[in-house]
Amino acid sequence: MSSVATAPAAAGSIAGVRTRRPSTLTAYRWELRKLIAQKRTYLGLGLGVILPIIFVVVQNVHTRHGHGGDSIFAAQITQSGLATPVLMLLFESVFFLPLIASLVAGDIVATEDGNGTLKTILTRSVERGQLFAAKTLAALTYAVVAVYLATLVATVGGIASWGFNSIKTFSGSTVSASEGLALVIAANACYLIPLFAVACIAVLLSTTTRNSIAGVGGAIGIVILLYIVAGIPGLEGIKPYLLTEQFENWHGLLRTPTDWAPIWHSLWVCALYAVPSLIAGYLVFLRRDVAGG
Amino acid sequence: MSDAEGAQPVRARGLVKRYKEVLAVDHVDLNVQTGDVYGFLGPNGAGKTTTLRMALGLIVPTQGAVELFGRDPMREGTRALEGVAGFVDATRFYPYMTGRKNLELLAALDGDGAAQRIDEVLEIVELAPRAKHKVGGYSHGMRQRLGIAAALLRRPRLLILDEPATGLDPAGMRDMRLLIRRLADEGITVLLSSHQLPEVQELCDRVAIVDKGRVVYEGALDSLRRQGGAQYRLHTTDDTLALPVLKTQQGIENVLAGEHGLSFQADEHHVAELSLALAQAGIGILALTPELATLEDLFFRLTEENGAARSASGDSGSPIEDALPVNPVGAAISGVAAVGRELGQERR
Repeated sequence: MSSVATAPAAAGSIAGVRTRRPSTLTAYRWELRKLIAQKRTYLGLGLGVILPIIFVVVQNVHTRHGHGGDSIFAAQITQSGLATPVLMLLFESVFFLPLIASLVAGDIVATEDGNGTLKTILTRSVERGQLFAAKTLAALTYAVVAVYLATLVATVGGIASWGFNSIKTFSGSTVSASEGLALVIAANACYLIPLFAVACIAVLLSTTTRNSIAGVGGAIGIVILLYIVAGIPGLEGIKPYLLTEQFENWHGLLRTPTDWAPIWHSLWVCALYAVPSLIAGYLVFLRRDVAGG
Repeated sequence: MSDAEGAQPVRARGLVKRYKEVLAVDHVDLNVQTGDVYGFLGPNGAGKTTTLRMALGLIVPTQGAVELFGRDPMREGTRALEGVAGFVDATRFYPYMTGRKNLELLAALDGDGAAQRIDEVLEIVELAPRAKHKVGGYSHGMRQRLGIAAALLRRPRLLILDEPATGLDPAGMRDMRLLIRRLADEGITVLLSSHQLPEVQELCDRVAIVDKGRVVYEGALDSLRRQGGAQYRLHTTDDTLALPVLKTQQGIENVLAGEHGLSFQADEHHVAELSLALAQAGIGILALTPELATLEDLFFRLTEENGAARSASGDSGSPIEDALPVNPVGAAISGVAAVGRELGQERR
């Protein structure tokens, strides 16, 4: 190795004069760069893209043979391309989008713990709390990208196949194409509320279990468990407070007049799941022993 | 508290780490002074890495505290790591990113203009030509060098290195030793954990020996070697005849015969008596050379004695043992012997 005569280290350098410490935003940016650099990041996004494509192709074949659908949006599939993203959201919101969000959120802490890179970054100048915040924000960002990427593909596919036309809402009233598009975008934003709660649970599990499979599988397991609970006779009273019930909060936006009640309800119900998960994950991350890798 | 200029680089007091029934670190005290190249010796599993993890704030001590330049990582977080860099266990990087990208990430998490030093540190560790290659394709030695580069980004005053030469080929080990020596000459205090005795002997001026979670010796390396007793090398006209004379001579201990003659331990008085005894046996002395015992010699020589002592006393070697021994020399011998056993096992 070359001489270190010009090494940056020097006995006289005073650590106390350090002033510029890294911000949480810097850590967040690097979390995103890490996600972008990993092939597995694209598995979930690929699933989010491929499903709408398959859906559009199948519907093209299906509708040529004169088959219609049961829901109001299925019935409009050939009349407006905007019916496609709504139908896709109906379909993917139940399981696939929670799965895609969990793929990253359930892995984001555990994988670094397992690979030993967590100790590499924890011996730099960024605080543990900052790193936890950056990782959580990155996981939520990924959920946003996954949701809107799937919607984008479904919208483009739908419009290309059946045109940018006006569409009927759940209430049966017709809205213009541009208003319909705005409602689709807004509906996805509403859906992000419960999806963020799922991601927060996955981050907690990723932090506490230190195992990616447990982080991802645990979050999805909770979603499935809540669906089962919702189906148990006699437990109808708790149904409005189940996280999985909030996956339909966006339906209120596609009614005339707009029904805001399920959206506001989902906001505080989802907070009941997300906030304790984040606080618990943060506290565990702050005091945990990092010895992995 | 602002950074205490002149504060001790590492000061650990009563560090304890317990994992359920296993006492990994048992009341460890460490005193690393400014300018030290401080060897932290012990066999695998002795508690070295656990101690260093506590020093860097990666794991929470069950008891006790450690201060780096007067700051406790448990209380002050990464502010306590200002001026401190290094790695524990092995260096770990993101394999899907290039070496340069890894350093850019770490520099971003360091702040304070660390990013501007990337080219410089890559040159120092001679990784500049491979900086644009993904770390996943790096050899172990390259990763270790990248670990040093990552540490240098922080302009450290204290470098904590855990087994930096482990897994390197002889040339890599030599380069690593040279680099550490040069960094020390630049004025960086080095805390070097190792079970490679030649590395420690060549680099370190002070050492702590840890065995089963306890520090059994802390002090100057020379002092430890002197405690092992004076060592002599002997060449005679007939080493085969001389060997039984040495073995029967009072005060001559640890007699070994090798390719390069005989070696033994004795004080000066008994050496004089030995020379007379050899002359009486008709054996001429070609050379009688006093030499300070090497660290490795100490380990091996004391291993057998200590192993026998342990067997005789029925010592099972439980991790949970007595408090620090009263006799520091005896404690040193015990610890050195343990390291020797470990080294012996590795060689086998």
